[in-house]
Amino acid sequence: MSIENIPFLGKLDSGVPAGPLEKKWDSYKANMKLVNPANKRKYSVIVVGTGLAGGAAAASLAELGYNVKSFCTHDSARRAHSIAAQGGINAAKSYPNDGDSAWRLFYDTIKGGDYRAREANVYRLAQNSTSIIDQCVAQGVPFAREYSGELANRSFGGAQVSRTFYARGQTGQQLLLGAYSALMKEVDKGKVTLYPYREMLDVVMVDGKARGIITRNLSTGEIERHAADAVVLATGGYGRVYFLSTNAMNSNVTAIWRAHKRGALFGNPCYVQIHPTCIPVSGNHQAKLTLMSESLRNDGRVWVPKKKEDCKKDPSLIPEEDRDYYLERKYPSFGNLAPRDISSRAAKECCDEGRGVGESGLAVYLDFRDAIKRDGEPAIRERYGNLFDMYHEITNENPYKTPMRIYPAVHYTMGGLWVDYSLQTTLPGLFAAGEANFSDHGANRLGASALMQGLSDGYFVLPFTVTNYLGTHATELLKKVDTQHPAFESAEKEVRAGIQKILEVGKKGSRTPTEIFRDLGKVVWEKIGMARSEKGLNEAIAEIKKLQNDFDTNLKLTGDDKLNKNLETAGRVADFLELAHLMAQDALDRKESCGGHFRLESQTPDGEAQRNDDEYAYVAAWEYKGRGKDSIVHKEPLVYENVKLSVRSYK
Amino acid sequence: MSASNSKTMNVRLKIWRQEGPSAPGAFEEYSLSGILVDMSFLEMLDTLNEKLIHEGKRPVEFESDCREGICGTCSLMVQGQAHGPVRGATTCQLYMRSFQDGELITIEPWRAKAFPILRDLITDRRAFDRIQMAGGYTGAKTGPHADANAILIPKDIADRAMDAAACIGCGACVAACPNASASLFTSAKVTQFALLPQGHADRKRRVIRMVDQMDKEGFGSCSNLQECEAACPKKISIQNIAIMKQEYLKAAISADFRAGLGSADGGA
Ligand SMILES: Cc1cc2nc3c(=O)[nH]c(=O)nc-3n(C[C@H](O)[C@H](O)[C@H](O)COP(=O)(O)OP(=O)(O)OC[C@H]3O[C@@H](n4cnc5c(N)ncnc54)[C@H](O)[C@@H]3O)c2cc1C
Ligand code: SF4
Ligand code: FES
Repeated sequence: MSIENIPFLGKLDSGVPAGPLEKKWDSYKANMKLVNPANKRKYSVIVVGTGLAGGAAAASLAELGYNVKSFCTHDSARRAHSIAAQGGINAAKSYPNDGDSAWRLFYDTIKGGDYRAREANVYRLAQNSTSIIDQCVAQGVPFAREYSGELANRSFGGAQVSRTFYARGQTGQQLLLGAYSALMKEVDKGKVTLYPYREMLDVVMVDGKARGIITRNLSTGEIERHAADAVVLATGGYGRVYFLSTNAMNSNVTAIWRAHKRGALFGNPCYVQIHPTCIPVSGNHQAKLTLMSESLRNDGRVWVPKKKEDCKKDPSLIPEEDRDYYLERKYPSFGNLAPRDISSRAAKECCDEGRGVGESGLAVYLDFRDAIKRDGEPAIRERYGNLFDMYHEITNENPYKTPMRIYPAVHYTMGGLWVDYSLQTTLPGLFAAGEANFSDHGANRLGASALMQGLSDGYFVLPFTVTNYLGTHATELLKKVDTQHPAFESAEKEVRAGIQKILEVGKKGSRTPTEIFRDLGKVVWEKIGMARSEKGLNEAIAEIKKLQNDFDTNLKLTGDDKLNKNLETAGRVADFLELAHLMAQDALDRKESCGGHFRLESQTPDGEAQRNDDEYAYVAAWEYKGRGKDSIVHKEPLVYENVKLSVRSYK
Repeated sequence: MSASNSKTMNVRLKIWRQEGPSAPGAFEEYSLSGILVDMSFLEMLDTLNEKLIHEGKRPVEFESDCREGICGTCSLMVQGQAHGPVRGATTCQLYMRSFQDGELITIEPWRAKAFPILRDLITDRRAFDRIQMAGGYTGAKTGPHADANAILIPKDIADRAMDAAACIGCGACVAACPNASASLFTSAKVTQFALLPQGHADRKRRVIRMVDQMDKEGFGSCSNLQECEAACPKKISIQNIAIMKQEYLKAAISADFRAGLGSADGGA
């Protein structure tokens, strides 16, 4: 790469304030640099992404007085993938009076993440959780309520309290529309400028600081330059590297990957969440999978037949004694609400033993028979009606009458850009929030906590930490950089060259972007999925390199450089190919099992994940060294001062 | 497992093709064989596009994202109906089992003055954002607020607000309406905030500004034809339009609100 590409020289500094855990965030706020109200309007901040994290950040920064430029790939900010979240959002309100507290939410999250998250970040998240609910209610988010008029709660996996707030099966939609409406309010006031239909293709570094981005206008094909004083990336997760996942069609790694190539370290790329309850794959034509919310496990019971020969039978004919409610059997204290990584692996084990159901044998039952008998069909309809309808539409089967068939699918990525306590990446002035950063979930995320994290980052962290950054570097940042600066010039040139290359190769080759993408997805799913081994990972790297070569020499593309969805896909696949290589490298390097990362070589006698805290209690932060080249790992040791590392048991 | 699982069908497609916003457009016909009955409608279009690329032709541009009926991105007129023949579903929730083997299927973009065509089946629906900007919010800023349970909202009110809030902003209501009115969309937001106490402070200003903006964008007016409700994938009720009309009337005749509307920083 020709231009400014910041090599990582320093030591990873998490920047966590000193002092007791409960006081760290207060202490940060008490000591942060401020920007006086009159000066705020002199700064502009770019926020890429309008999901929960980006939408909340853009609105909140604008309310403070900064000039915000908000970018998203959709026609409207309201369509970010957060909209698809179904189940709910956690908060330590303790309304049910069942013993919840910030400490307990913190502890559950640290434990749920298999002791691979940073204590201070997680505690702050738990502290902020209660303000999020108050904030959303003030915005008019129509959460579910009891007849008393109070807010309703339900339970999610990995917790023994009811701390999950929800809006039917559309919690993400309602929270996002809350953030979106706050954003629209600021657009109306002239404090936010919207840039829809824009894909960020590079960050621009000037004198060692992030000062802008290069975008492509997806509706016209124009390449544009945008300057600012700080840049926030809130561009979501990279689960679509698996091709089949519950992520939206346009979810991508491109924004954070381009930042990674400029020098931002990438944290824990191999930590991926495979969600246990998705509608199983059928056929070869699918482009995405559909999640069935974890909330269903409040009432649904997961089982497979005890005997292989029963697997193809009508489930209603299989008597009670021949059913294996394996989660209830193996994890009696959490039962069907065991955390996701554990439930997914348990489903895979059953299917590997030949006890999977459905045509492919890659499915288990999620059965509501007993809940319907207990509470009646209307009650179940009230709780999960839209999910049942969705299942019915897709599979043509009625889940009120016959158990759902489910199987794990890729859902969420815990890895992402490495950030310090202030959510700043290793590139000064470049922040990452929401699913795009690596920060709060360690090696496994608990249900209903991504929405919480996105909103915590956006509403209650970035407004302070971005201010602190601007205040700290005021002298330098008040000298404005414009888009004529040579750094913009050369970044734009590189972006154009990349697109031209794809279009050129695309005229000659024979494989469409989607075909290569689908192949990549298969490799990543089979070898960097639910079970990983040294042999498999090495094979994965070799196969990824072959696909990379295919992409570089044998791509087939038609259409022009204006509105062209396949050109968009091609650009994203180029980045996914590089990311997949890094995921394999990270997974190889981490010779332990933890959370969603399960190394076959590292398991307990009863097949549970075997951590190795002596050697691997660190964050792996990777430095990019060029396409096809191995990356270099830097380590942030994880220090636990408040919880004792122990075997994570849900038995 | 449904018996239809591996059954296949043939389809003929008549699809609107248009290079750009100001280019003329026309229908083109395509045929596909071996389409799985259990495929979704958009997966069928994916299959068509892969075929077109291999034939060296420009694929059909259409939009989708979540493919589960919640983001409102997909937006096709199928057989003359917004989101196709199945009620209460988006285009991405349509399955090929809803069509006959050999059927000729016509696919068009939304047609409305306020939604210009960008290319093929993709329209620009940013006018909806501008309606939302004109007041589709409560005005609450980020910061400390009263405890969430300090505001008690009766369950039936919360449920009705949620019914209205379920709108996905897809624009099918506009596409289905002979007047291309955006009343269903706009009224859903107005109703959500008219029902909830959090929306009461700027209630009058909201409805006036949102309705005015809707008119400015070039959407037609509502003459109670009810096509919107029939086309809406989220079954948003036209009762919301009645509520919006009432809210508008109340706001328009009250004297005190004009001052608020006119204040310098955007008021309330
Ligand atoms: C089906 C599903 C259900 C879920 N259910 C739950 C749940 O019940 N509870 C829970 O806590 N979590 C849930 N999650 C997880 C949660 O929804 C996500 O982790 C979270 O919403 C991510 O929010 P975000 O703001 O980080 O990113 P997103 O909402 O993904 O937003 C990304 C934004 O970035 C933009 N963008 C992306 N790339 C670029 C680019 N290159 N240039 C410009 N803009 C770009 C996009 O346009 C979009 O605006 C669910 C996830 C899925 C997939
Ligand atoms: S009211 Fe219905 S049809 Fe109109 S935009 Fe909303 S969801 Fe779509
Ligand atoms: S693609 Fe999201 S609603 Fe159809």
